[in-house]
Amino acid sequence: MATTTLEPQASEYRRSWVLDWLTTVDHKKIGILYIVNSFLFFFAAGILALVVRSELAVPGLQLVDQDTFNQAFTMHGTIMLFLFIIPVLSGFANYIVPLQLGAPDMAFPRINALSFWLLPLGGGLILSGYLFGGAAAEGWTGYTPLTNRAEGVGTDLWIIGLLLVGTASILGAVNFITTVFKMRAPGMTLFRMPIFVWTVLVTAVLILLATPVLAAGLIALFIDRNYGGSFFDPSVGGNPILWQHIFWFFGHPEVYIVILPAMGVVSEVLPVFSRKPLFGYKAFVFATIAIGLLSFSVWAHHMFTTGAVFLPFFSFMTALIAIPTGIKMFNWLGTLWRGKLMLKTPMLFALGFISMFLIGGISGVMLASPPIDFHVQDTYFVVAHLHYVFFGGSVFGVFAATYYWFPKMFGRKLNEPLGKVHFWMHFIGFNLAFFPMHQLGLSGMPRRISDYSGNPEWTILNLISTVGAFLIAASIIPFLINVVATFINGEPAGDDPWEGNTLEWATSSPPPPYNFDRLPPIHSERPLFFLTHGHGHAAARPADLEEEPSDDVEHRGGAV
Amino acid sequence: MSARVMQARPPGDERADAMIQHGGSGMPTALVGMLLFIASEVMFFGGLFATYFNARASSAGGWHPPEGGHLDLPLAAVLTAILVASSFTMQFGVWAIRRGDQGKLRLWTGITLGLGILFLAGQLYDYSQLGFGLSDGVFGTVFYTLTGFHGAHVFGGVVGLTIVLARATRGQFSGRNHVAVEAVSMYWHFVDVVWIFVFSTIYLLR
Repeated sequence: MATTTLEPQASEYRRSWVLDWLTTVDHKKIGILYIVNSFLFFFAAGILALVVRSELAVPGLQLVDQDTFNQAFTMHGTIMLFLFIIPVLSGFANYIVPLQLGAPDMAFPRINALSFWLLPLGGGLILSGYLFGGAAAEGWTGYTPLTNRAEGVGTDLWIIGLLLVGTASILGAVNFITTVFKMRAPGMTLFRMPIFVWTVLVTAVLILLATPVLAAGLIALFIDRNYGGSFFDPSVGGNPILWQHIFWFFGHPEVYIVILPAMGVVSEVLPVFSRKPLFGYKAFVFATIAIGLLSFSVWAHHMFTTGAVFLPFFSFMTALIAIPTGIKMFNWLGTLWRGKLMLKTPMLFALGFISMFLIGGISGVMLASPPIDFHVQDTYFVVAHLHYVFFGGSVFGVFAATYYWFPKMFGRKLNEPLGKVHFWMHFIGFNLAFFPMHQLGLSGMPRRISDYSGNPEWTILNLISTVGAFLIAASIIPFLINVVATFINGEPAGDDPWEGNTLEWATSSPPPPYNFDRLPPIHSERPLFFLTHGHGHAAARPADLEEEPSDDVEHRGGAV
Repeated sequence: MSARVMQARPPGDERADAMIQHGGSGMPTALVGMLLFIASEVMFFGGLFATYFNARASSAGGWHPPEGGHLDLPLAAVLTAILVASSFTMQFGVWAIRRGDQGKLRLWTGITLGLGILFLAGQLYDYSQLGFGLSDGVFGTVFYTLTGFHGAHVFGGVVGLTIVLARATRGQFSGRNHVAVEAVSMYWHFVDVVWIFVFSTIYLLR
């Protein structure tokens, strides 16, 4: 397509391959660094999950001792959340947001590189506890008084590592928000931005406002542990419940930090593979903003059983979140309705997201009700709920994004049959692993225990769950084979393999430095669709038709 | 403005040119970034203030420094006056460079830098005279954390002011190109406002 050629003499600065990647400030390369780094941490945390599930497969302590078990689930949770889900979505956002906005790069390219490089450093520090007498072992939530009394430097390394990762998040958030407000292409108004950009914007605001509060709490914890402070020590006037308030004031927006961009991915994938525009674009945008606002008023629903919070308020606010989330469900279902569905791998993962996230959402509303919450607090029901949201939601979104944008990033399409094998193993393994946990929790099995009494119900459910966990792990094998095989001999993707709607498909695959030589005219949230399909489809949207000046038609004629 | 122009781009890149023309209105990109960073800093201090008020609300035997310690209100009031004054001198510097007056920028930035260092020295002297430490109960912990992290931010501002002064001495700012001065002054005003809250909370709301 004529709009995508870049003059070859665009000044290129010669460096060795390694130095180029180490010093790059190109948002696309940084995005790929983010994604690769996140997947490495994903595999590490996945192995820790297998340790946990192997130990729990049958009653008794067979594989690890209790302390190792505690370290395993703590590191699993910490690494999965802070070094996989958040950064991998930041990675896709890094790569895609400037492209979708028609921008040459992020607003602050060098700060962008800094945000990335803090991640392997912080993650390495967190994991390095294993080298210095044991990693942190108090759970990813780090509750006091466990944490302020824990022996060993593992917990200190956990605190410092999280501070670095949090700093990276904050700098990234500043960058994303500034990019959205200052770097949009001419014609790209806020309400023409792709949904993915909107979700990244709201996510960035949540990161910007929630993460510093966690930083304050982590610093307080560090002072308590190392300098004789007494923030969380009740014997000298401190308050251990304070940690829970601080952690969850960050932690609940954090839940939306990891789900909103995944929702954005799904909202990009569904329209393309249904051959329809997203149903209710503005409703989706306002629902996203509403979720972002509400997320700051629900933190204490994690603390119902402390007796220190006002139950009716937090219960009500939590239940309210079901409304914007429900709106999004209707957006997605309305998009699918009478669409021309193409069940390619990204679409399968997006549909997996919708169905699994729905289950996680329903168990979430159940947990918002204090009587139920009192019954299942700290049981496997909560573990089931959070995995349906984080894994069934966010991780399915991550894989949808991987299969959807891989052709743009590397110019080759991932293999479809292998992708489908991956999806079905993933989907079945996921449900085997986590659905039985609902029943385990309802029948009272506590989370974070390394052993349990050998009653037949718990034993069989745990065994099923462990089998599921190994099936998920096995599903990664076809994925990795797929990636390697595609690099060696993948089908060339071309600029726009999925007939996409948004601007990233208007440039070459992979895009040149600075992304675009020339942009198509932007008169809607689907500029590329109108470029390739013209007025026949636009007639359904009279507002866009009126706005589209005639010279665009000539331009399009020239381009095709 | 300057930050945008300084971003490297291939010669003749029409996209970047269009961006400068169309997206270049409003607040300079660097200042948007600084404002957002300050927003995150507000939340950081919000977290620290939360620990302060939580400790205060749950303190059983009244809220006061530990045995043998005291707070020095007159000295803190003097330090407050110094920091508030430095906000004004900073702003005089900004107004000077907006008129293109490099000499006045150097003068006012130098005075601001001096006041900032004076504040830090005063705070350290104050710490040495208080008679209680960070590990003497929750009062000491929240007092030193809140004032200490504010002090660390003043120090960050002093570093920023030093850079601005060094660049101003080399004549790198003009009436059109002084986004770094604006950014550092924003940050400095923020640090000043935080101190007013810290001072009011710790010394006045007793």
